Amino acid sequence: MNNDQNPNPPHHTEPHQHVRAPFEWQKYLIAFLITATIFLSAVYFNNYFDNKRVENIKSIQDQISLDILSSETQFDLLKEATCKSVDDSVLSQELNTLASKLSYMEENDSTNTDLPQLKKYYSLLEIKDFLLMKQLGQRCPFKPVSILYFYSQKSDCPNCEKMAYVLTYLRQQYPEVRIYSFDYNLNLSAVDTMKKVYSLNDTELPAVIVGDNVYHGFISVDDMRKAVPELKSLDKKHAADAAAAAKEAAQQASSTQSTSQSSTSKNSTSNTNSTSTGSSN
Amino acid sequence: MDISIVPILATITGSVTYVALFGALYFQVFLLITFIEKRKTFRAEEHFLDKRNSDKKLGISNESLDYPSATVIVPCFNEEKTVEGTIRSLLQLDYPKDKLKILIINDGSKDNTGKVIDTFSGNPQIEIYHKENGGKYTALNFGLSKTHTEIVGCLDADSYADSQALKIIASYFDDKSVMAVTPSVVINHSRNVLRQIQKAEYNLGIFVRKVLGMIDAIHVTPGPFSFFRREVFEIIGNYKHAHNTEDLEVAFRMQKHHMKIVNAHKAFVYTVGPNTVKKLYRQRVRWTSGFLANLVDYREMIFKKKYGDLGMLILPMTIFTIGTTLIVIGLSIINFVISLHKEFVKLESVGMQLKMPSFNFDWFFMNTSAIVIIALGLWLLTAAVIVSGQRIGTGKTRITIDVFYFLLLYSFIAPFWLIKSVYNTTFSKTAPWR
Repeated sequence: MNNDQNPNPPHHTEPHQHVRAPFEWQKYLIAFLITATIFLSAVYFNNYFDNKRVENIKSIQDQISLDILSSETQFDLLKEATCKSVDDSVLSQELNTLASKLSYMEENDSTNTDLPQLKKYYSLLEIKDFLLMKQLGQRCPFKPVSILYFYSQKSDCPNCEKMAYVLTYLRQQYPEVRIYSFDYNLNLSAVDTMKKVYSLNDTELPAVIVGDNVYHGFISVDDMRKAVPELKSLDKKHAADAAAAAKEAAQQASSTQSTSQSSTSKNSTSNTNSTSTGSSN
Repeated sequence: MDISIVPILATITGSVTYVALFGALYFQVFLLITFIEKRKTFRAEEHFLDKRNSDKKLGISNESLDYPSATVIVPCFNEEKTVEGTIRSLLQLDYPKDKLKILIINDGSKDNTGKVIDTFSGNPQIEIYHKENGGKYTALNFGLSKTHTEIVGCLDADSYADSQALKIIASYFDDKSVMAVTPSVVINHSRNVLRQIQKAEYNLGIFVRKVLGMIDAIHVTPGPFSFFRREVFEIIGNYKHAHNTEDLEVAFRMQKHHMKIVNAHKAFVYTVGPNTVKKLYRQRVRWTSGFLANLVDYREMIFKKKYGDLGMLILPMTIFTIGTTLIVIGLSIINFVISLHKEFVKLESVGMQLKMPSFNFDWFFMNTSAIVIIALGLWLLTAAVIVSGQRIGTGKTRITIDVFYFLLLYSFIAPFWLIKSVYNTTFSKTAPWR
């Protein structure tokens, strides 16, 4: 370039050069603002859904609290009158749902400021439910299976993760077993009292309590089956239920086929064949 | 494994992913608002092309006066199978015969390429040269030494030009400030998934190159059918080896000399995309390594206001994108290992669970983190850009399956050549020519 000594204008010094589009910082700013808006909207939606989750958990907790209160009242009213009328209705089925939702939050949204409060409320509901089950077991022939579990989320409990998997598995396998889990480090007097009742300390976590027995450390699924013999009878019950359900389904199928058979008289012979094979299954 | 490291790692991964997503989103938003800003110029350009076309039909224009004399250089090395098709596509170009010269340079082929091209020797438009093998850039320079037409371009012997391509490209040279014109490169035969992915990628490229042309930021003049004023090479010199990517380097060099490069989006050239992952990987490693090596050579252009958007945004952005992508890949691998370890612990604790837990949909367990929402937004924007590229080129606005293939699979295959290219650039000594 021959006129380097002339700094202004910098370009267009030769015919082949052209003046570049000037650097427009405004456009950079606009692009930044649009991008930032998209980002902020995403953060807003994320918060919105997080709040919805908290609301969802709160409404489940309200439902459980209502269930428990209702059961207690029912209990007081009837005394020992009819165990039969309570055994199904008192069991709040929402506790397992709540447990899985709270553990999802513990894992994915651990910084949520509502979480400790939710866990405290949950722990209280668990204790109330546990006591109610105990009462029920004493007064009625109905024998609920309850497992208490204390864990820590700190790094001082290497086996807690494994234990949690075992209990989640049991929860899925035996929905009728009541598994109550407590964060050992939750600052709640009722949980502290539970710790005193079972004389636990934080060096022995995880701790699992079945009946009056306290177990420390990791317990495998097989060992859990030994510790809770009721699980075996539940296995049998499940198998029997499954067989009954299969039988009922087969019966239903054959009855629908026989109705279709009566409406279509033409294919009656072929239908009879299929009905007989259906029922033999 | 110490549990306490997991949340820290998650935080780092999250932050880097946010930064990477912000950059990627910013770039796309920038391209889109540039396109919207320049839409009037774009429409005028389309109108001009239409008018020129109809004038020709009405016989208003005198073709021989209208079009510049042109040369197409076809460098070939072991291309006996495709070179004939390439030459035929050139002979079928709709361009005044007295103004078009075709130079076929046999760069020391070991196969029958020489014999195949010699069959064209009687054609008055065609000149054939055989030379010692020296690499593509030497073949191009040899061709340049044999021609003095107003514009000169090149066509790789594995590509085919659309019959209207040269006319459209030539009309862009009406503007005296235009020094080079790039075409729209389209993938031919896109039946298998890998080529479908490339089809979407090339459509994305059509849009990006068009917008880059609008802001004087084109940094590659693709080997197939880019055209230059002959004087470009007289001013800035001939092709260089340039880490096997001479088509990238010449664009960098032109930009450094403030020469105007524009994109002729309606001028199609068809190229055959690699049909296997291995071939694609090799091609991309060559491109990306070449780009990075040339970027290192021309690093003084980065963050220089006098190079406009190219210096201030486009070049820095490529470094940023490659850098953040590599970090995100690294962290993803670590996180993947951690989650594998978790699964292992689970397996160790409860054994194989044959009974799958029943799946019932609950929005509660849906991932609604900001990162997922932003990534979804980025996907939608990318799909929009691909469709825009298709619309700019072919005029069709249709979402076809290749867009989905691209969005689903590209981010899984691109990291491989990215890593290898960065490795090449970092550890192999690049040969400086200055």
